[in-house]
Amino acid sequence: MNMADVKSHDNTSWFYTDTVKDHFFNPRNLVKKDNEIEVKDFNGVGSVGSPACGDQMSLWLKIDENEIIKECRWRCFGCASAIASTSMLSVMITENGGMKINEAMKVKPQDIVKRLDGLPARKFHCSVLGDKALRAAINDYFKRSGQNEKVIVEGAKIVDKILKITDKDIEEAVLEGADTFEKVQKKTKVGISDKTCIPEVEQLIRFYKEKYFG
Amino acid sequence: MEIYFDHAATTYMDPRVVEAMNRYFSDEYGNPGSFNTVGLRAKQAVDESRKKISELLNCDEKEIIFTGSGTESINLAIKGFVRANKSKGNHIITQKTEHEAVLETCEYLEKEEGFNVTYLDVDEYGLISLENLEKSITDKTILVSIMYANNEIGTVQNIKGISEVCKKHNVKFHTDACQAAGYLDIDIKNLGIDLMSINGSKLYGPKGIGLLYVKRGTMLKPIIHGGGQEFGLRSGTENVPYIAGIAKALEIAQREKDNEIIRLTNLRDYLINNILERIPKSFLNGHPSSRLPNNANITFLDVEGEAIMLMMNEYGICASSGSACTSKTLDPSHVILAIGLPYEAAHGSIRFTLGKRTTKEGVDKLIDVLPGIIEYLRQVSPVNLSLKDVER
Repeated sequence: MNMADVKSHDNTSWFYTDTVKDHFFNPRNLVKKDNEIEVKDFNGVGSVGSPACGDQMSLWLKIDENEIIKECRWRCFGCASAIASTSMLSVMITENGGMKINEAMKVKPQDIVKRLDGLPARKFHCSVLGDKALRAAINDYFKRSGQNEKVIVEGAKIVDKILKITDKDIEEAVLEGADTFEKVQKKTKVGISDKTCIPEVEQLIRFYKEKYFG
Repeated sequence: MEIYFDHAATTYMDPRVVEAMNRYFSDEYGNPGSFNTVGLRAKQAVDESRKKISELLNCDEKEIIFTGSGTESINLAIKGFVRANKSKGNHIITQKTEHEAVLETCEYLEKEEGFNVTYLDVDEYGLISLENLEKSITDKTILVSIMYANNEIGTVQNIKGISEVCKKHNVKFHTDACQAAGYLDIDIKNLGIDLMSINGSKLYGPKGIGLLYVKRGTMLKPIIHGGGQEFGLRSGTENVPYIAGIAKALEIAQREKDNEIIRLTNLRDYLINNILERIPKSFLNGHPSSRLPNNANITFLDVEGEAIMLMMNEYGICASSGSACTSKTLDPSHVILAIGLPYEAAHGSIRFTLGKRTTKEGVDKLIDVLPGIIEYLRQVSPVNLSLKDVER
């Protein structure tokens, strides 16, 4: 394809690298619906996002007694960037015999993007979801194996229970100039699926506005 | 060779339009404002184009202003009118599924210049209610701006009905006719409108040219100042080749529209019926009958629009999507949300817009490959919605 790969409804367009396209058209470690895995064989499961925000990811891990990730399977509702990023992530943490979970936890969205030979700047955020799903699955493994003390809470508190949006996300949105609930919602999608969190979010916005802008 | 289903984004140029433009690049290159024979010949070309367009619109030549795009026409119509008439009131009425050119202009006027704007709701088909419109008019209302046909879902508004309500309350009416001009009635006496924006790039004409119809007696202030061209409303040397181009394009479109409407409506319905029949959990957005002959906007549940587009692109099929992942703001299409679809469904909407080069073979190819693409992406997706989840 020598035209722009994708043209949007607001008349902008972008290109994908060959590696991204390869992982989009031939995703690795994907679980199709007609080829279900034996869930009981997997000891770490994570699910993040929601179709309302345009991305939803389910991720299954098989972790051995040495805490090495032997298998990583996933399924994704999302754009090409989200699908390719998750595919690449699943490769990165299982290649060469598999990563130890503490190593896997250190894989950053930037590392995935690098292995994909880049993503268009505006699609960068799409690579974060796989990473979040991986963390959720590893936490699930810790809980199942009775290592509750290892569960990483990321130093942030979830406010939107469906999209798993934290107070930190709200803080960042306010710092980026979103000063009303509507603007914060535009940036973060908070409160779209989980409407119960709206009063708390409004309070947080007031708090951070006060804190940073007086 | 791509199969192009994105004619609402832009069209290729009709060769007859290219031919009409060609002589005004280096043979007849004059500035219509120059008092010499070269300039006068250029002026004559602009005058003839204006005359041709005025005949198509059934209006006076002096009522046509050439601009640089549809967006500029809309900006001139709205900003130009409300600034010139703010002593009469500060209230504008528009609706939620307008093009950004209208919405952003209105938001700017709200924020920066103290105007109040009412954004009317639309029903599930994208139509405004005349009753709501009438109820929203106050003694401060000076302008109503409602698009003729929607660029995303193709819904055609009741323009005559709207203009009657406006006339009754002595409020001026602007319509964005950029998508409509190639297919619908543009006789302004019949429609009863005061301002109408049209551009060249949807008409098999050039990009970078627009026109604004301004009914005599409608006061506007210019938004571009300078040498006073276009009756003082749009300064800048006239773009002679493009003006000749848009006149030719509009002439061809209006002259040939009857047969083309029949051909495209048949193809459109063939496309819609086959896709809805072959792909479960899909539905049409927009009005079933009051819609542009070339527009089919369809939602596929459980899949994401950008992924569908990239897959279709592999088969050489070009369309566009209302998905958030294909927009700068990361929001799904405001039009799809305004007709009441939940966020999760808005991400899976795809717009197919047909045109001159669309053939039955092309549509057959689409019908052939799309079910497999959707089936594959559903296999990949953890989501499993049902049509009931998105019922309005």
